[in-house]
Parts: sequence; C-alpha cells; structure tokens
Amino acid sequence: MDVYHRPETLQDALALLNGTALTVAAGCTDLFPATPAQELAGQVLDITAIAALRGIDEGADGWRLGAATTWSDILRASLPPAFDMLKQAAREVGSVQIQNAGTIAGNICNASPAADGVPPLLALDAAVELASSTGTRRLALCDFLTGVRQTALRPGEMVTAIEVPRASGAGCSRFLKLGARKYLVISIASVAVRVVAPAGRVEGAALAVGACSPVPLRLTALEQRLCGRAPDDLPDAVDDAAIAGALSPISDIRADAAYRAAAAAELLRRALGDIADGAAG
Amino acid sequence: MKDVQFLHLVVNGAAHDIAAPPGRRLSAVLRDDLGLTGTKVGCDAGDCGACTVLIGGEPVCACLTPVAQVSGARITTVEGLADGGLQAAFLRHGAAQCGICTPGMLMAAAALLARDPRPDRPAVEDALGGVLCRCTGYGAIVAAVLDAGGDGSTAAPVPAPGAAVGASIPRLDGQAKVAGTERFGADHVPDGALLVRAIRSPHASARFAFGDLARWAAAAPGRVHVLTAADIPGENRFSTIPAFRDQPALAETHVRMRGEAVALVAGPAPLIEALDLGDFPVEWTPEAPLEDVAAARLAGAARIHSRREGNLLIEGKVRCGDAEGALKDAPVTAAAAVETSYVEHAYIEPEAGAAWMEGAVLAIRACTQAPMMDRDDTARVLGLPPERVRIVPAATGGGFGSKLDLSLQPLLGLVTLRTGQPSRMVYSRRESMASTTKRHPAKMTARAGADRAGRLTAMRFDGDFDTGAYSSWGPTVAVRVPVHASGPYRVANYHAEARAVHTNGPVSGAFRGFGVPQAAVLQETLFDDLALAAGIDRLEFRRINALRDGDRSVCGQQLFGVGIGQCLDALAEPWAVALRDAAQANAKDGALRRGVGIAACWYGCGNTALPNPSTVRVGITPAGRLRLHQGAMDIGQGANTVIAQICADALGVPVDAFELVGPDTALTPDCGKTSASRQTFITGKAALLAGSALRAGILALTNMGEDARIAPLPGALRVSDGRQSRDIALGELPVDANGYVLAAEESYDPPTAALDENGQGSPYAVYGYGAQVAEIQVDTRLGTVKVRRITAAHDVGRAINPALAKGQIEGGIAQGLGMALMEEYLPGRTDNLHDYLIPTVGDMPEIRSILIEKTDPEGPYGAKGLGEHVLIPTAPAILNAIRHATGARIGRLPALPHRVRAAIRAAPERPGGHAP
Repeated sequence: MDVYHRPETLQDALALLNGTALTVAAGCTDLFPATPAQELAGQVLDITAIAALRGIDEGADGWRLGAATTWSDILRASLPPAFDMLKQAAREVGSVQIQNAGTIAGNICNASPAADGVPPLLALDAAVELASSTGTRRLALCDFLTGVRQTALRPGEMVTAIEVPRASGAGCSRFLKLGARKYLVISIASVAVRVVAPAGRVEGAALAVGACSPVPLRLTALEQRLCGRAPDDLPDAVDDAAIAGALSPISDIRADAAYRAAAAAELLRRALGDIADGAAG
Repeated sequence: MKDVQFLHLVVNGAAHDIAAPPGRRLSAVLRDDLGLTGTKVGCDAGDCGACTVLIGGEPVCACLTPVAQVSGARITTVEGLADGGLQAAFLRHGAAQCGICTPGMLMAAAALLARDPRPDRPAVEDALGGVLCRCTGYGAIVAAVLDAGGDGSTAAPVPAPGAAVGASIPRLDGQAKVAGTERFGADHVPDGALLVRAIRSPHASARFAFGDLARWAAAAPGRVHVLTAADIPGENRFSTIPAFRDQPALAETHVRMRGEAVALVAGPAPLIEALDLGDFPVEWTPEAPLEDVAAARLAGAARIHSRREGNLLIEGKVRCGDAEGALKDAPVTAAAAVETSYVEHAYIEPEAGAAWMEGAVLAIRACTQAPMMDRDDTARVLGLPPERVRIVPAATGGGFGSKLDLSLQPLLGLVTLRTGQPSRMVYSRRESMASTTKRHPAKMTARAGADRAGRLTAMRFDGDFDTGAYSSWGPTVAVRVPVHASGPYRVANYHAEARAVHTNGPVSGAFRGFGVPQAAVLQETLFDDLALAAGIDRLEFRRINALRDGDRSVCGQQLFGVGIGQCLDALAEPWAVALRDAAQANAKDGALRRGVGIAACWYGCGNTALPNPSTVRVGITPAGRLRLHQGAMDIGQGANTVIAQICADALGVPVDAFELVGPDTALTPDCGKTSASRQTFITGKAALLAGSALRAGILALTNMGEDARIAPLPGALRVSDGRQSRDIALGELPVDANGYVLAAEESYDPPTAALDENGQGSPYAVYGYGAQVAEIQVDTRLGTVKVRRITAAHDVGRAINPALAKGQIEGGIAQGLGMALMEEYLPGRTDNLHDYLIPTVGDMPEIRSILIEKTDPEGPYGAKGLGEHVLIPTAPAILNAIRHATGARIGRLPALPHRVRAAIRAAPERPGGHAP
C-alpha cells in the first residue's frame, strides 16, 4: 500500500523511519524522473515540512546546511568566498526550476558520479550528519559516498545536515563544469578548487573532480604539490598523466574516458588560473 | 492501494479542496483534477520545463512537485498570468510557433520579470534556460521577454485588402497559444474515456507469444480490455507510401525494433495508470538484431522483411555525363566520408489523442501533420471505409516530419471500435522517443573534381541510409538524396546513389529535409576541400558554381527563379567581415580559436516527381460569413496565417475577414501533408486559385471591373469600384451542399516529370535556396564549440509573411546546430531529454536573417517553400568553421567535444594557418 508521510518534526520522521523501509523525498528532482508513474509509489517520507532541516547556520565550529536546503537557498545565502564554488555549482544544477526544488542532501544521497554538488562539498571537507531514532553519527562525505548510486546510509537513517568545518571556510574557490550544452546538462567532467594563499603562497589547497570516477575524488597528491607555490604558478603544477592516473573515468554517451581525464586536467588548470587571476568570485 | 488525502490548493487565487494522492505530480492534479490544461507535460522528468508553474512566485516543474508540498501555497499557472503585456509581446515577436512550450516559457519569464522588470539578455537566458523549445530557436522568445514592457499592442493593424501578402502579421491562431488555451493532443478528454497504454518490446528483434491474457486482465481490480493484433479487423500493415506497406499497428508474432507495440490495455484511467505492465503475460524470445547497415548488408544476413533481399528497401540514383571519366581528368580533386547519427525530432509534445464514435463514424482527435493520410491508413488497418473515419487534428506541438506517420491513431481507433467507448492515450517521453521515427543515420562517401579556375567538373556520391525496421519515408530519402547531393551547383558529370537499408533500429522517416541535410554535410565540407585545394575563397568557389536561371540541374531539369546566386551575393560582405574578425581574434595565442564557415543548399518543394495536390474551398454563407477551408496542417510553421494571407489578397478582402475551417477530414478538402516544404507553395497556390475564382464569380455577378472591392456585410456582400457600388443580397441566392451561396473550390498539383532510370526528369516544380555563414569559437583544449553568429540568406521567393519566414529560419538553424554539435539518438540509451540533448536558449548564436525574394514563376505570388532549406546549411557551415578555426575535419556527427578534440589532435595543419 502506498503511504505518503509528511511529518513536521525530525523526531516524527525518525520514528517513522524506525523499522520501515521508506523512500525519503525532498525536491523529488531525482525521484520523479525515475518513474513513469504519476505518483511516487510505496512508502514515502517527505521531509520538506520539517522546518529545522532547511537553511544554513553558521556557528563557531563552522557551517551547517540543513538536508532540505535547496540550491536556490544556497545561492541566496551569505557565505565566504570558500563557498563560491558551491554557489557556482548550485547555479549549474539543472535549471532554475530544479534549483528551486532540488536539495543538497538529495544530491549527495542520489550519489551520481556526476553530481554537481559533490566536488565543491568534497573540497570543503564536508561531513554528513546522519540521524536515526537511536542516535546521530557523522561521516566524512568521501566516506558517505561508497560507489555509483551507493551510500553508507543504513536502514532507519536519514541525512539531516551537511557540515563544513570552520577551517575549510578559508580561501578562494572555483567550480567549473563541462557539458555538451549550456543549461540542463549532465557533466562530462567537473572540478572544484579551493586555495588558501593569504600571503602570496599557497598554504592549503583542496581539489575535487566529478564525473571521472565512480565517486567524485579529491586529488590529495596534487593538493600537496601546490602547497608553497605562488598562485600564478598553480596551473603549471597540473600534470595530465598524474591526473589521468588518479581518476578512473568511463566512456559513455557523453564522452570517452581519455577525453574525460584530459578535460579534468584542463579544467583544473583553468580553475586554478581563475583563482590566481582573482576571477574566481 | 492508494493513500488519498484532502488537500487545500490555491491556484491563481482560487481555493480548491481536493482529494488526491499526496505524492501525485502537481502537473497531473492541475490538468486532470482542476482542468487547468494550460500547464503542459513534455517529459515528466524536469528536462523540458513545459510544465513550469510558480509556487510562491518561484518557478518549479509541476511534474516534479508532489502535490502535498504545495498544499496551502500560492500556485500560479498560465491561466492566472495577470499581466497581458508579456503575452502580447510573445505574439508581437512571433515567440510562439507550435505553442506547446509557450506556457512554460511565459511562466519562467513572468517569474523573472516580477523580480526584475528590465532584465538584460543574460538574465533572460538564465531564466529561460530550463525550458526547451524545438520550434523557434529561442531568439524571438528572448526578444519578447526583453520587450515585455513594450506598448502592449499585439501588432500592426490588419493590412488593407490586397496588402496581406508580404505583411508580417502575427499568426492568426496565436492568441490561444499565448493564453494557454490552445488544445493539444492530451488536452481533450472525452467523458468516460478509457485510458490506453501499450505493451512494447524491450528487444530490437524478438519473437513473442502471449500467455493467458484473459486471466491477467481478470486479476486487475476492475474491467481491463486487452487488445492484440488478433483484434485488428483490417489489414494490419501501413506505411506512408502505399507500395511499401510493412508496419503493423500491433506486431503479430515478432518485433523488429525496440519500442514496437504488441498489445494494448484499456480501462478507467486510475486503474490503467496503476497497472504494473511488467507482469503482462508476454514471453519474448530475443533474436540477434541487425544493428547497423554493415551488418544488414552482409551476405547471409537475416532478412528483416522476407521479400527485401539484402535488407535493401530501395535504391535511388541520378546520373548525368561521365563522373568517373571527368574525375580522372580533373586537376583538382577531393574525397571525403561522413557518418551521421539517428536524430530525434524531440518536439515537446509527445504523441497524444482521443477517439470516440459519432454514430457509425470513428472520430480520432490527435496531433498530426497529415490528417487525410491518417484517415485512410487508420481506416484500412481497422477494416473501415475511409468515410467512416474522421480525423479531427488536435493542435500539434511540433512535428518536424515524425507526426506524418501513424502513431497512436490506429491504437485509439481499435480500442474505441472494439469497446464502443471513447478512449485516450498519451505517450510518455520514453515511449515517444522509442517508438516513433528518426532522422536516417547515413554513411556517405563522395569525390568531386574541379578545374583550375574552380569550376566543378564532376561529382560522385554514395550513401547508405539506415532506414530501420520499417519503410516509412525511406523511399523518399533514397530518391531525394541523389537529386540534391550536388547542392545548388552546376555539375556536368554526376553520379549519385543512395540506398535505404533496413536494420533493427528505430524507424527512420521524415525529418526536415528527408536525408538532404545529411548529404549536404558531406557535399558542402567536400566543396570546402576543393576550394582550398584550388586556392579559391570558399564563398567565391560557391559563387562560381552556383546554378543560374536557365541552367540544368543534375536531373537535366531547366531551372528558373534560381536564387542561390543572390543568397551568396548577400553573404559576401558578412563573410568578409567575419573572416577579418576571426583573423583579428586569432592573432593572439590561446586555446580559443575563431573560425568562419559557409554552406549552401537547395530544396525541391513537394513530393519527388509524384502527384501531391491540395484543394482549398472558400465560401460565403447566406449570413455573409466568409469561410476558408484551410486543410494545411499548421504545426507551428504558420500555414493558418500564410494560406489566409494568400487567399485574402486573391479574393480582395482583409485577412481577418475569414473564419478558418479545419483541418478536419469531415469539413475540409485534402491539402495533403505538412511536409517537404510544400504547404506555402502548393496549398498556397490552391488558395490563390480558389480566392481568385470566388472573386471572378462575384465580379461576374455584379458586372464590376477587375479593380472592384469586395466587402462582406451581414447578409450581404458589397462590391464597389470607383464609380458604383452594388450589394449582393446573399439570402436570395441558392445554398450549395456545403451551406454556401457563393463558393469556389480549386485544386493545384505541381507540374513534375517522372525520373527515368538515370534519375533524369523534373522532380519538382519549385526549389528553395539558401546559404549560411557560421562564426564559431573552438576551445581547442576541450573541443567545445560555441557558435557565435549565423548569417542566413534564404531565397523564399515572395515572402508571404516575412516575420514567420524568419521564425522558420531561426528554428531551422537551432535544429541544424543540434544536429551538428549534440544530437545523437542511441536506441535504449537516450530515450529521454537529459541524455538526448537539444539546444537550450544558451546554445543559440545571434542569428541575422536575410530574406532573398527571387520570385518563382510557379509559386503563388512568386512564393517558394522554406520549411526545410532553412536547416540544411547550418551543420556543414559549422563544420567548415571548425575546420577553418582548427584544421580539424569532423567525419562523424554530432561533433561532441571529445570528437572535436580528437579531430584537432589528428589535424595535419596547425591552427590558424588556413586559407580563408
């Protein structure tokens, strides 16, 4: 039997989740395209009436993005330049219509290799807050995403927030997406880059690539190589062969594997170049 | 079982309390429960944006919104758009063609304008980026939104009698499109209609057998009708061309393509909607499919149709002079090969319709491009005489060739005929893409030769066109391509062959150009090779060889009214400026390289050397109402307006004097199909003849001179010249069988001559011509191509409605750009609008249209067809520009970024170092 739950408190939502397999629904921008039916079937838990799950809070430890925060919410939020890449990604999620409905937790739970939101969140060292009726736990986003369309979500659990630590709110950032058309397009490759260089020398860098591996990846080796360099020198540090070695792209209808690896390297150079030029904002 | 809840909706300020499943799509609730059918459904996946509505002023896709989420929220649909200024601007700018995306566009624009009443172009593009349009090329829509704060007027005043031809009047049927009240295939639901769904093959080739259908049906919680081929009373074979009938409405024992229907289920909508068709009792025995032409042509390959040896449907040939001999002697030669993909029409309206009985007559209301063909073929399949089927075309949300073929007409007809009850059917996007026709994938090779002065001496062309599982328009493509593969040029020694070959792919049918766009991609890129080899400017090379009045085509037909020279002349200055701009931009190093390309085309209007008459009736009722029976299906291109303009001038009345009747096979004489760029020319000519005949009759009745004016009045007709005025009392005249006291009905069939065994003859009475210059920028490291500007010169003969003609050009360019850069249909893999990409508003270049009006001796007021030649030059012009920018030769369409990058890396020349 189909049952559609739309509780107004997290407590009620978690109680419903306890012991019942429910489809958690928010923006429905992935759920509806997956069905030809006119209704969401089965047992659905719609979390969009839970006010506490929507919005962005800044605290001493960092930022907390509620699970049901939409891409449009993120675009309108006042956030430091480290989040520019997340806003740039938000602007590239589908269309305005999709940005008004789609949520940040939906994007990571859908676990598409090409999810626009994931590379910037990885580059922000985001953690995922998971709640169930028995408690709450946190996983690094990179541990939450376990494969193509696979996550570490356990039965009875739901994502309640994405957290970005205070330290990761530093630096300038840039997101670049490559697709075969301008709007409404699934990435061939995407990159998110955050660079902390307060005194003309890179003190820290976070680089992530999407759509070039089963789960978007951080490029930690390259990040380390960037440290200590001047911002202007960053693009030259991107080595095609090293990037290709770190990624595991597939060939599909959008592009072939070799192209994806080369494009990722080129996008990284451009994103780093934009940051050096101060054009990242 | 469903969870139904009571919900409170506030739509356009009105409160509605409804009971609905809370997880139901808002689009379904708006349309089905509230009757607000202005919100259109194109994909049910958020890919097309046609269903855009505002929730609290913000645009969302109604198809992705569970209705529970908007309970109590402020919902605005197109029916509730407060300010008429935006809609007036849409009408004024010709922003609505077929009208199916218009409500979505209006809502997306309204949300922007509420926030920012004077947006700039990038803001408009961002706001409209989520709504796809397949007709307009977006330019007119963007212009309308930028001008929404305009004076609010809809247009210039109605032209005076005799001045309609040549006037850019807004489309006569436009008001309903911008109001959201136009009724498309899915918008009319007869009371008590059974909902119909089809069971379709998941295999490209398979035998199948049904299990216990009666038991399966009986297990459903309500009455479900199951119908199969065994229920079809007539001849279960159709094709667009009678001699090739091979396609069953429902497959009988085996399927030849994915998506082929084998059975129907019908019943009350909620029941049928909820059925799990996954357990339908059909057992498939898959067989190895023939996936491409090479496999299908292999010796010993299975025959897809038992009587078609080698899976060859038909071969077309045109031959004149001695091509091989002249190629041997030519001092300058070039050879090339091009491969193209299946291209999907991607109209935003998936096939939809309804059927009901009117006494003994089966009435079918569905989207279509060919009402009379629908009638005759549906009647044959259902074993009815044609007069017992009535086709009432719905407004059609784009067609581009695919809606020429039968789709759901015989399926709806079968259900209603067998059950006696009304029925309706709406294809899902996946179903539409999987089961309907495509553009033929082509594998083509060509060689051409020229003398040192750049004069073409010879051309050889050979192409295999994958026609898929059934014949459809394969014969037309195979015949048309050799006729057109020379391009609009003099080639004395020519030999072209094209074959339509069956595979187990989707049916390839008609798609704007019938194979000519594919051939032009090869021919026009090959001619760039020749120009470069001869050291001649690429535009100049085309001018040297362009057909002139009195020249003979490769079919030996002497041509008049040839406008290609003027098209090329008009592009000379834009070409020079574009080359200079590109050279300037390329002077600095970097990954971005500019390129300029040119391509030309021609297109024969109407059927190829076959009769294709149109008949137009115009009559005046005793009450003085003037009715124009306009049977040319308007699928957005503007026939309702253009045909009325022609008839108005012929009769000598203002264009708004007409009431338009039809197209409806019970009310309107046959105007043939909306295809082959034939309606303005052929139906237009019939309208000219009918209008003139009625005028002559009226003038004879009053003894007035040629220059007399005719004015319809209530119950009378006033005829006046400078000296006298006479009223004809209409009530005193006898009424004919159609209810008219004065009427004329005229037919026109263009004069053509059959092609002989060498393709020699006069295949068309009228040709249209065009040429386009594409200015592009290639990102050489990523292989992405941005088209910056297209300057398009098209010879349309007399432009009956210049604004509508420009609308066709912009829309054709959008489809050509898609074909060049992104569109590739892969059966079973891209049956949706996020894996199959068509251009969005952000992908379109600036378009500068130049109308060349070289009047045609045969066309009405000198008009030529234009619907197809507007698309043909775009893809080759873009490819030639990519080559100019980078040296890369693209041999496979679409030019996706990875293909372009690979071609750049394989290019022998260094970027920037090419001949102009």
